Amino acid sequence: MLEIKVTDTVTINVDGELAQVPKGVNVIEAMRVVGKEKEIPHYCYHPKLSVVGNCRMCLVEVGNPMRDRQTGEAILEENGEPKIGWAPKPVIGCATNVSEGMHVRTNTPNLIDCRNGVTEFLLINHPLDCPICDQAGECRLQEFSAEHGRGYSRFKEEKNVKPKRTRLGPRVTLDDERCILCSRCVRFSQEVAKDDVLGFVDRGTYSTLTCYPGKELSNNYSLNTVDICPVGALTSTDFRFKMRVWFLKRTHSICTESSVGANTEIWSREGKIYRITPRRNDAVNDTWMTDSGRGLFKEFESEDRLTSYSVDQVAKSLDDAVVATRALLKAGSVGVIGSAHSSVEEQYLLQKIIKQTDATCEMVQHIGEGDGLLLSEDRTPNLRGAFINGLIKQLPERELGQLKASIEGGSIKTLLVFNQDLEQLGIDLGKLKESIQVIYFGNSKNTTSERAKVIFPSLSVFEKEGTFVNQNFILQKFKQAVLPPVGLMSECGVLKAILHELNNEAPETAMPFMDELWSEISENVEILKSVKWSAIPEEGFALEDASFASMNFVETQNLKYKPNLVSKTV
Amino acid sequence: MAIEEKRLILKYADQEGYTNDIDCYIKHGGYEALKKGFQMKPEDICQEVLDSGVRGRGGAGFPAGMKWKFLDRKSGKPIYLICNADESEPGTFKDRQIIHKDPHQLIEGMLCSAYAIQAKLAFIYIRGEFFEGYKILERAIEEARAKNFLGDNILGSDYSCDIIVHRGAGAYICGEETGLIESLEGKRANPRIKPPYFPAALGLYQCPTIVNNVETLCDVKHVITMGSKEFANIGTPGNTGTRIWCVSGHVQKPGYYEFPCAGVTLGELIYDVCGGLLPGRKLKAVIPGGSSSKILRADERFKGKKKDGTEFDWGIEDIPMDFDSLSLVGSMSGSGGVIIMDDSTDMVEALANINYFYAHESCGQCTPCREGVPWMKKITTRMCSGGAREEDVDLLKSIADQIEGRTICAFGEAASWPVQSFIAKFKDEFEAKAKEQALLRKQGEDTAKETSLI
Repeated sequence: MLEIKVTDTVTINVDGELAQVPKGVNVIEAMRVVGKEKEIPHYCYHPKLSVVGNCRMCLVEVGNPMRDRQTGEAILEENGEPKIGWAPKPVIGCATNVSEGMHVRTNTPNLIDCRNGVTEFLLINHPLDCPICDQAGECRLQEFSAEHGRGYSRFKEEKNVKPKRTRLGPRVTLDDERCILCSRCVRFSQEVAKDDVLGFVDRGTYSTLTCYPGKELSNNYSLNTVDICPVGALTSTDFRFKMRVWFLKRTHSICTESSVGANTEIWSREGKIYRITPRRNDAVNDTWMTDSGRGLFKEFESEDRLTSYSVDQVAKSLDDAVVATRALLKAGSVGVIGSAHSSVEEQYLLQKIIKQTDATCEMVQHIGEGDGLLLSEDRTPNLRGAFINGLIKQLPERELGQLKASIEGGSIKTLLVFNQDLEQLGIDLGKLKESIQVIYFGNSKNTTSERAKVIFPSLSVFEKEGTFVNQNFILQKFKQAVLPPVGLMSECGVLKAILHELNNEAPETAMPFMDELWSEISENVEILKSVKWSAIPEEGFALEDASFASMNFVETQNLKYKPNLVSKTV
Repeated sequence: MAIEEKRLILKYADQEGYTNDIDCYIKHGGYEALKKGFQMKPEDICQEVLDSGVRGRGGAGFPAGMKWKFLDRKSGKPIYLICNADESEPGTFKDRQIIHKDPHQLIEGMLCSAYAIQAKLAFIYIRGEFFEGYKILERAIEEARAKNFLGDNILGSDYSCDIIVHRGAGAYICGEETGLIESLEGKRANPRIKPPYFPAALGLYQCPTIVNNVETLCDVKHVITMGSKEFANIGTPGNTGTRIWCVSGHVQKPGYYEFPCAGVTLGELIYDVCGGLLPGRKLKAVIPGGSSSKILRADERFKGKKKDGTEFDWGIEDIPMDFDSLSLVGSMSGSGGVIIMDDSTDMVEALANINYFYAHESCGQCTPCREGVPWMKKITTRMCSGGAREEDVDLLKSIADQIEGRTICAFGEAASWPVQSFIAKFKDEFEAKAKEQALLRKQGEDTAKETSLI
């Protein structure tokens, strides 16, 4: 697998122009650096998988400075330039690493002929069913055919016939006729998912991708094979025939499934999400994500979803709910059950409310089994954020501690609950004292919302913007992909309104402007001191994590995370 | 007058009373080279092989000693020796003869080579269809092991090596050395990309590996027996030793014949050695080195300059049978499979036959070969079954050009050279066929004629 370490650069000559590229990368990656990515089309090469060089699309001509065999000295041309020994045949860019002084040609007539030839070959047995193919619009074969194809076919023979709809697993359907046998999916299964179930059967032009007998592609990373398939062979059973990709809007987001915080892209149209795919981030998730994380948007399409603010189970306006909340908070003895599902901004505002009302705050941990790859044990996206905001000081336990006793004992009068069901936390709502009033922030109806005095429906991660801090203390931004249910404001807006009400300030109706909020956050939160909202890059911003070195976070090793072994052994 | 063969490798093979068991082999001086080899230093044997100039007999004709020199000895990894006995090139049948008739010669040659390169373990990758050969080799290895020519501490030399015979499963591509290695590792025989997977550095199990042809390994035995100087005296400089020519096709006496390199011309081979063509027939074409080498037309004149500067002007019958001469005339000696075609041959059908083979044997890994070769096959098959078009000739040539030099392994060349050369030399026949069929179609007659296509 190719690991790029940009420590050294070498100078190469690309089509007559000198360029600095990282040492040791292959020609395809070097062209990416030079900005000539389009000059070297490729199918089988994937930066995160091993190199097999079977598509033959990335052929380039390379030459190296010649050296005298005896003396080892460089041989010079008459004009003093080093003499270049060109390789007799074109070589594949994916398996050729750059070296100092290397010359690369990307656009000679011979190379153009090579690419056109490969394109023609790939198309002769291809069904050419773009009009009904899901990959259309994001298909390498389609793109390169437009560029390198001849526009008509010289192939007068009968095309090969292969299976059109093979079920490879619960989420992946295969169209073998479209397959160009690049073996990306096979390599992914072997090298990344470590679940070797895919392979080719038969030989030559009849080679067919399939699962090994008695096995299926059912691991939690199976949909990545669909993402990396350069053509429409592997399709997502869920997304198949649902929508043309060019109609979809793409929004950068973060997966909330676990503390890994995989970078994602939300594909939506007219307020409806159609699919979620991974977005490359070499420090977080490379180019992968879990299958389970891709289905999270469906939870928000349930009928149980809370869609209006309410007081005493009667739908009210936001103002009424805020006023009612103010009264409850002013009464004192406030307990808060915070959430690591909340964004950094929400946690910051909540923490301000806690300070003002002198409330006690606790959180519970949500853990599951990790898979050592991109699903960590901590199933919340923003536990680190809660520490950074000072919402909690210690790692949350599986159950509530002191707060539970206070609730059951009755010393708490007002309970502010974020995204949790009290019953699931082991609090018997039937036995809960009448005097305890619950303010509930949550997505959908549950026993807690039925008992709550005030309800603030919260928005899904797809409907708002904000940041999460992942397991590696990388601050990552997510953006709004779709509109929230009519009339609902983001939690940040609600919390800010509550704060204003508490301080008797003029109510603020507009959505809080993130820049403004962040200028406040960066003033007050030590670790986020220098951060500006607009300056948080797409690939995230690594925060100073030294002060948390002694914490025993629950995550074990995964793709980009190494637990703090010193403290683990203590 | 028949020209005398000079047999080195097949010296005893066809003698009366010569059997393939070990006693018979030892009686004829067998395993003496191994004993002599153990008196030498491994690196001296390597030098001897390099000095002898022996070139690979599998197809490419690369000097064996040079191949051994590329071996990565610094890695500290074990070194493997593999004997490529996956003889599947159409027209070639020499290795089978060696294995069937003189298996111990191969074993001795392998052990000498294994000792020279200090291999830890040696393999014979034998073609799956050679079941009889497999049994013979297994027995021979047992015999050799019983006499301590094989196994631990061979003949008290402190050197240990064993040979494992592995059967292929019927794929031509397993003869490609990296494909062979993949297959030996238990995977699909998809050839590896070179670089970085040169067998001499990253071969079997990513360890340095030498893959040699059966005949080449047998030659090593003779190099040790005779010494490099005497071996190099056979043949001409750069083309040393003997070669086994497997003559097939339209001659009176097809078969295998061993001659010193350049010791016989193509004409002598056809007319004197093989008894000439069938009565009343005329020579039309020759494929000199297995089906993948380029075809030679009988009425061609070959002119040019040799490496040493001397000019040559040969008719097809004057071509000396050796590596360099055959490459000078634009073909290659390949695996030594000489296919003779007389004037009864329909060149389109002949090419269709060859294309059928390569389309069937393409491993399917890389695009040009996987898609291009079956395309060529479909075209030539159509041409034979009555659907020939005039533009097919240029199309075939263009497809072949799109394959050559752009594939992972040499199969791309092997499959496109026949097409390129058939069309370069017999374009008229392809065009004539198309015209004839067009006329028949016009007249509403059946265009297909019965063929002997597979």
